[in-house]
Amino acid sequence: MSKTLFDKVWDSHVIRKIEDGPDVFFIDRHFIHEVTSPVAFLGLKSRGNSVLYPERTFATADHNTPTINQHLPVEDPLSANQLKALEENAAEWGISHWGLGHKKNGIVHVVGPENGITLPGATIVCGDSHTSTHGAFGAIAFGIGTSEVEMVLSSQCIMQPKPKKMRINVNGELGFGVTPKDVALYIISQLTTSGATGYFVEYAGDIFRNMSMEGRMTVCNLSIEMGARGGMIAPDEKTYEYIKDKPLTPKGDAWDTAMKYWKTLKTDDDAVFDKELTFNGSDIEPMITYGTNPGMGMGITNNIPLADTVEGGVATYKKSLGYMDFNEGDSMIGKEVDYVFLGSCTNGRIEDFRAFASIVKGRKKADNVTAWLVPGSHEVEDLIKEEGILDIIIEAGFTLREPGCSACLAMNADKVPAGKLAVSTSNRNFEGRQGPGSRTLLASPLVAAATAVTGVVTDPRTLLA
Amino acid sequence: MAYDKFNILTSTAIPLPIENVDTDQIIPARFLKATERKGFGDNLFRDWRYNGDDTPKKEFALNNPKYSGKILVGGKNFGSGSSREHAAWAVYDYGFRCVISSFFADIFRGNCLNVGVLPVQVSPEFLENIFNAIEANPDTEIEVDLPKQTITLKATGQSETFDINSYKKENMLNGYDDIDYLTKMKSEIQEFAAERPF
Repeated sequence: MSKTLFDKVWDSHVIRKIEDGPDVFFIDRHFIHEVTSPVAFLGLKSRGNSVLYPERTFATADHNTPTINQHLPVEDPLSANQLKALEENAAEWGISHWGLGHKKNGIVHVVGPENGITLPGATIVCGDSHTSTHGAFGAIAFGIGTSEVEMVLSSQCIMQPKPKKMRINVNGELGFGVTPKDVALYIISQLTTSGATGYFVEYAGDIFRNMSMEGRMTVCNLSIEMGARGGMIAPDEKTYEYIKDKPLTPKGDAWDTAMKYWKTLKTDDDAVFDKELTFNGSDIEPMITYGTNPGMGMGITNNIPLADTVEGGVATYKKSLGYMDFNEGDSMIGKEVDYVFLGSCTNGRIEDFRAFASIVKGRKKADNVTAWLVPGSHEVEDLIKEEGILDIIIEAGFTLREPGCSACLAMNADKVPAGKLAVSTSNRNFEGRQGPGSRTLLASPLVAAATAVTGVVTDPRTLLA
Repeated sequence: MAYDKFNILTSTAIPLPIENVDTDQIIPARFLKATERKGFGDNLFRDWRYNGDDTPKKEFALNNPKYSGKILVGGKNFGSGSSREHAAWAVYDYGFRCVISSFFADIFRGNCLNVGVLPVQVSPEFLENIFNAIEANPDTEIEVDLPKQTITLKATGQSETFDINSYKKENMLNGYDDIDYLTKMKSEIQEFAAERPF
């Protein structure tokens, strides 16, 4: 029977199917971080269980780590306590731990692929909804709750009903100044934040084939923002080239064996999806959001839609615009911005910093803007220095911070103050996401850069040579 | 962590007629710093419930003395966003045993089932009926019958059935969780793991 890419990977990991219930689903790789794992370890202990396969779990600290002075003790006692708990739990159970100060430390969804932990055909989970990032490699990857973290620690399995399947095709070519982030924000704006709930998505078509691995990660990362549990892209030569020789990828015969399996990982020609959508790449502009969920996005040159033209409740829509202090029909271009955030598991990789540098080079940071430039990992930080990007951004009046999730969810000190407006390359514009009362506009690194040098929301195409 | 068994719940309900209630609203990230599961109910809907100076926002439903009960009723697409189970913990810890909506985000729904909160998905029309009934009379009672998989507005007798798979239903009725199940499968899992290529 014909199968989709998703079927092939999912079905090969089911140990038991429960009648009118979930599948018992085997997990190849498990990432943990300091925020969603401590209670799982407590549960493990209280039941008298142990970690079944410590070598299949990888710990990194990222969610509430500071992004300056990482060599000093963490000031916030609650954050310090969580970091200590992660370190102690990892040590107790023999789990690899890339804590604060470790050269491999960084955002879990950045360091996983960098180190070859993320592999095609693998099943990958983490107590973080942006685990969907790893789908870029043809893995099934998704976020789980803490009860499930405990399940994976004690049994290497979780219990999940198999999601429905959706394929999203984007064909054609992308316009000037349009990035993978814009592709994702465009799709979400078309589907809404719940349009893919209940589905697992495969991205197909020219646009994704031609996209870099980092671009694919950005797209898959944002799958959760349209409600999908995850999204994936069939592996190809770009995938193999990216993972080859990474520290933890299979080597020698193991690589050859794995490659034979990976070559089978594509959707059969006559396989059927529960839902299939097709978009045209040339319809996509640089995007920006104007509301309080990632589905409230539009081409940057458009005006905010009128309440009577949107799907869903008018009261909810007006509440959202009221929070943002915007009016129906407003243009986004020209709105004064207080903060710019470049970073996160969505856009904290080297290509994002290259894009940012391409615009700020030879220009100066606007005086009214506070900018936080946060690499996704130390490896990204090293590349920023090696490639001369650090010199460019410093010359333009910016500084570089140290790796972590930072202002994406503002668990550390990187909080946008109440009422302030931020252009962010991260993934969520929920009320208060970047700090109580903060207001967030999601956009690409190019839009962030253009805004950072002008001080107002700016179409990057007007600044690109 | 064990939770109380769920059978038939008859209670008044607290209405939250807003769509796309995300997990950052249910429990903001800055309250995720505990290393133990306790006290999350205090920060449920923190920024909708309290002003910046920690005084309660009187107009918010949880602060309105006319509303009470063990059932929370939310608008479409309840629980979107982050995978934080803390959101489900906060709902449970505050005292809710059931959340009703016309549509739930996947991860939140799964987390609720794992911690003993029953997510009940109803039709958009029935959800509207519930909101209207509570607005007309905040003391109106709702009966959630898990064995029969029915939800009923006591005052009018209007009723609807809801879905839950029989495995999860059995768990909720008995207070079991998935770890109890998986623990019994250890040798089968080990045999499977031994064959994995990586």
